[in-house]
Amino acid sequence: MKLHSFHGGLHLPEHKSESTGEPIRKATIPQRLVLPLKQHIGSPAHLLVEAGDRVLKGQVLAAPAGRISAPIHAPTSGTVIEITEHEIPHPSGLRAPCIIIETDGKDEWATLAAPLPDWSKLDAETLIERIRDCGIVGLGGATFPSSVKLEHRGQTIDTLIINGAECEPFITCDDMLMREHADRIIEGVSILKHILGIESCYIGIEDNKPEAIAAMREAAQKASLQRTTVVPVPTLYPSGGEKQLIEILTGKQVPSHGIPANIGIVCQNVGTAHAVADAVLEGKPLISRVVTVTGAGVNEPCNLHALIGTPIHALIKQAGGSNGKSTRLVYGGPMMGFSLRSDTLPLTKGGNCLLSPSEEESPVPPRMTACIRCGKCAEVCPARLLPQQLYWYARAKDFDKVQDYHIHDCIECGCCSHVCPSHIPLVQFYRFAKTELWKKEQEKKKADHARKRHETRVVRLERLAAERKSKLRRKKEALNKPAGGKGKAAGGDDAKKAAIEAAMKRVAAKKAAAREQEPAKGADN
Amino acid sequence: MLSAILTITILALLFGLLLGYAAVKFHIEGDPVADQIDSLLPQTQCGQCGHPGCRPYADAIAAGEDDINKCAPGGEETIIALADLLGRDPIPMDESIEERPPSVALIREKECIGCTLCIQACPVDAILGAAKQMHTVIESECTGCELCLPPCPVECIDMVPITARYESWSWPYPITAHRNVAQAQEVS
Repeated sequence: MKLHSFHGGLHLPEHKSESTGEPIRKATIPQRLVLPLKQHIGSPAHLLVEAGDRVLKGQVLAAPAGRISAPIHAPTSGTVIEITEHEIPHPSGLRAPCIIIETDGKDEWATLAAPLPDWSKLDAETLIERIRDCGIVGLGGATFPSSVKLEHRGQTIDTLIINGAECEPFITCDDMLMREHADRIIEGVSILKHILGIESCYIGIEDNKPEAIAAMREAAQKASLQRTTVVPVPTLYPSGGEKQLIEILTGKQVPSHGIPANIGIVCQNVGTAHAVADAVLEGKPLISRVVTVTGAGVNEPCNLHALIGTPIHALIKQAGGSNGKSTRLVYGGPMMGFSLRSDTLPLTKGGNCLLSPSEEESPVPPRMTACIRCGKCAEVCPARLLPQQLYWYARAKDFDKVQDYHIHDCIECGCCSHVCPSHIPLVQFYRFAKTELWKKEQEKKKADHARKRHETRVVRLERLAAERKSKLRRKKEALNKPAGGKGKAAGGDDAKKAAIEAAMKRVAAKKAAAREQEPAKGADN
Repeated sequence: MLSAILTITILALLFGLLLGYAAVKFHIEGDPVADQIDSLLPQTQCGQCGHPGCRPYADAIAAGEDDINKCAPGGEETIIALADLLGRDPIPMDESIEERPPSVALIREKECIGCTLCIQACPVDAILGAAKQMHTVIESECTGCELCLPPCPVECIDMVPITARYESWSWPYPITAHRNVAQAQEVS
């Protein structure tokens, strides 16, 4: 098969062998689990339990709120002791609502959804619903709800790409998963293919993982899958980026502001495929994942199969504990991860790596100096952007220009910062500009909403004032009437009055309606 | 001579009619400049600029009756955006106007006597309640304008600064962080 290549990229020290020396360890059940209500892209899940409830393994604790959302399940049996704001793994270091479970060690399963061994006879909707109910999100790190990706409304999909590239240094969780559970992953791939109704599938794996490639090839052969190819791709960071892997395998580029579905492709991580197989074949929700605990700071770098919500210190302890060679703790890889401020934070669905790097492995960047316009950043940018221009405009807070230079196509891979001879934290500037743009958009939305409410209120007050006025006038006229109407039958007088009143009411209503329309028109303009 | 005058007169009449027709046909309701200005204002309707709301302030700027540096909730960003729109030079914030952190109103519900005065003062109908019933602020609708504070007879409304949430958190500007590090190094 002919491979293509993407622009730029970097060869980085791999640091993979440290954590691939032994099979995946099964992490023990910790005493406490912390489950953030939002572990995915989209709206936070809607809470279903209360403090004091006893929950069973696999029980739904929070239901998805809206289309782009995912449920949260209990990773083991125990008691909900608190629902509170707890620190979560997020670059802000802020708190978010979390469910805190005290585990009972019994690991007692709840009644799960029925396994669907005959999935090949079921329609896509049933299977997508199962994937949604099991809380499966993209396990490569982006945590986008997988069911939404599979819906591909109005798009024609012809290719499924399974991402096993795992290009970031230190991370080996997908590698180990492929080595040990290739069969399960391939089962997941078959299910995904069936849901999408397509034949063509590529499984992209970087060629620094020969064991994983061999295992996956063997499993694919055993399952005799049609038109499914395991493709070794050259090791070059960031080949595991969704858009980059698609370009390597198909030569097609995902359009700016677009998604892979626009060019007929759905891309899923190997971990996600594994979780899909578990959900469909066993009814098992996503309550655990494989996480790499590595770096010079831990005694026994390894991969752990841990429950979601396990505190980070418990994970480090099971990787032989820390040895004091590192003062930092990074959630994710060295290129795209972020530093954690505490080790009490929980493992979330998107947590693929815990890195405790030594000073040599992740040196503190020296003080930044002025840009010398060397252009190295543009050479390595896998998104073909102009990092220098973006930097100038982000630095000057010229957000319109930043958008003109396609900041939203930046995947924050960190290649530009890595090669910058002036040590400019370029990615930080882009992240700043991106969130600032997003904030502006939110503020604008809020202002528009407030304007609408204010205008509606003004219209209402005017209408009420007019109504009050006409009522007063009517009352006044009614008071004046008896003096004018002399010698007439009382009944006739009353009838006349009623007729006049009715007519006045009609006029007032008409006036009010007209008034209501006019300012509304004005508001539209 | 006569034909020249006649030609000019006819032409003048013709163009006059054309202009008159265009004025009627392409007439724009309202003031488009004021609309643009209004869209840049934060719509808190707080009146700190001295006008009874954002729209009147926008009208005043458009008419050249007021300066662009009176919007406290908008801050420096709004001044720059307005200067950009109107082709003027940005000026510092008016001295009489104090900038406050974004906040929302919160009624201490135990102390509320249900007088409805704050409801009448709220420019965006963000307060819920009825006479002699407890009132409450709908947080998501509150613009933090503080107009409900003065009418409250028992002073049971607090302005609570909006706390940072991770959903609305944004990455800090990298340079300041770096400079601070550099300065700290120099000091030590």
